[in-house]
Amino acid sequence: MIRAENKWKYKRLIKDLIFVMICIVVAVICLFPFYWAIVSSLRDSAHIFSTELWPTQISFSNYKEVISDKTFLCSFWNSAIIATMTALISLFVCLFASYPLARHQFHGRKRVLMLALSVTTLPQVAVLSGMFELIRILDIYNEKSALILSYMIITVPFTLWTMTNFMNSIPKDIEEAAIMDGASQSTILIKVFLPILSPAIVTTGLLAFIAAWNEFLFALTFTLTNQARTVPVALALFSGASQHEVPYGLIMAASVLVTLPLVILVVIFQRRIISGLTAGSVKG
Amino acid sequence: MFNIMKNNNSENILKKSHREWLSNWGFLAPCLFVLILCAGWPLLKTIYFSFTDAELDNLNDFCFIGIDNFVDLARDQDWWIAVRNTFIITIIAVPLETIFGMIIALILHRNFKGRGWMRAIVLIPWTIPTIVSARMWAWMLNDVYGIINEILINIGLINEPIPWIASNTLSILSIILVDVWKTTPYMALLLLAGLQSLPQDCFEAAEVDSIPFRKTFFRIIIPLMKPTIIVAMIFRGLETFKIFDLVYILSSGNTATATMSTFARKHLVDYADVGFGSAAATSLLFFILILAIFWIPFNKKRLKKLD
Repeated sequence: MIRAENKWKYKRLIKDLIFVMICIVVAVICLFPFYWAIVSSLRDSAHIFSTELWPTQISFSNYKEVISDKTFLCSFWNSAIIATMTALISLFVCLFASYPLARHQFHGRKRVLMLALSVTTLPQVAVLSGMFELIRILDIYNEKSALILSYMIITVPFTLWTMTNFMNSIPKDIEEAAIMDGASQSTILIKVFLPILSPAIVTTGLLAFIAAWNEFLFALTFTLTNQARTVPVALALFSGASQHEVPYGLIMAASVLVTLPLVILVVIFQRRIISGLTAGSVKG
Repeated sequence: MFNIMKNNNSENILKKSHREWLSNWGFLAPCLFVLILCAGWPLLKTIYFSFTDAELDNLNDFCFIGIDNFVDLARDQDWWIAVRNTFIITIIAVPLETIFGMIIALILHRNFKGRGWMRAIVLIPWTIPTIVSARMWAWMLNDVYGIINEILINIGLINEPIPWIASNTLSILSIILVDVWKTTPYMALLLLAGLQSLPQDCFEAAEVDSIPFRKTFFRIIIPLMKPTIIVAMIFRGLETFKIFDLVYILSSGNTATATMSTFARKHLVDYADVGFGSAAATSLLFFILILAIFWIPFNKKRLKKLD
């Protein structure tokens, strides 16, 4: 009897051990590239090619150089403005649109949802030349508004679906009580739904922000000068002072600076981000 | 008397439904306007351009040349290389993502201390901007100074450094590797959502009966999860088909490792050949449409859930 119990305990221990091992392997694979970028960024140009797994001589020279680089700072600023504006505008537009989609049955409702869904499958390249002409007609080439406008195609369909899902999950009686009190549609939306939905709005806005912050193809195509570039483009075209030598230390320092805000946001909001990602996407 | 009342009533209903119609579409209008302006119009314009000889520096002055661009495209060796590369990347990357995503989903589904941390850690590759991932991996895979070669040599798996990015075949492999690394978290979340919507008591029952996990996995989880897995795979397939950023950085304009997206952009922007580039983009759209036809029916379910 005791033996059997011991055996069971032993088996359990081995199972737990295997589980922990798998967790560690997964964590190392997920984190190592970012860790290695941090380690490399802390090495000065004399030690950059060292392959020791931890930094022996920590040097902040790369960071100093990146931060004193005006064009890089400028692109950082551009990205921040563009991503914030994109998130705010798509939230504003979709908040109104998701209200009838989630709360009312009407003719054409399904069509609108399917339309938004089909837009998510569009490759960015497929709208590139048309978008280029649109931007040229509006005369906003090489400006922030060009990127904000073009990012709508990425963020709006997704935001619309996520917001509709969130709004759909609010119980019906809340709305009915407000209607009984004689509240109008817009009052219901602003006074009743907006406060309930504020966590969902933060989540969706965050996802739109990340999407806009990371976007590359439009940013590469619709900007021309260093002053107008966003961070991903600046990073892709980063080539340092000399033409022959790729400044890996600098690139890694810039990469870490660009990613750190996002990593912090994700660690803080991980639970919400996951609920947002799955609410707006495939769920069996 | 009765008649009048009835009339009044129906008029009221009519008025009410009219008002409702107006408010519904009024709320939808800004969103629809944005979608038409930023997606509909540019898309139609691109398809239109693909039948013309338009050039980037002069988009007003062009001729309609029928399907010439598509004929040229079909004859272009480089285009077919791009098509082949896109297919190879999608066909290898998506199943790998599904397998690894499933493993991570199963880990996150379990209740254990530190699950919150594990969730955050797993999300990190997805958060890192693609360009940053590409540059980080390019540095790690560098043939002379890269840490990956160094580790492999130290373990004794290889004798001399492998040119991960310099060689064409290997650079496709590297692109797949980085893509799998980057998008597996997202796949894991999709699968996790599916796992959580399964009836949880069957897991418990299996555990109580001490059925080995292998059996539970293949006999219960996989059959029940099949629709979720298929939808997630098609969804990821659609995304992988559009792959651009990683290829742009990791193959630096090489025709042998181009994909459909990089091919289209190169002709559109670098060679300023809007007509031909648009034809390539439209062809990519055609491939996507075929995939999307399989995907859309699955979304009917999602629509139903919103009723």
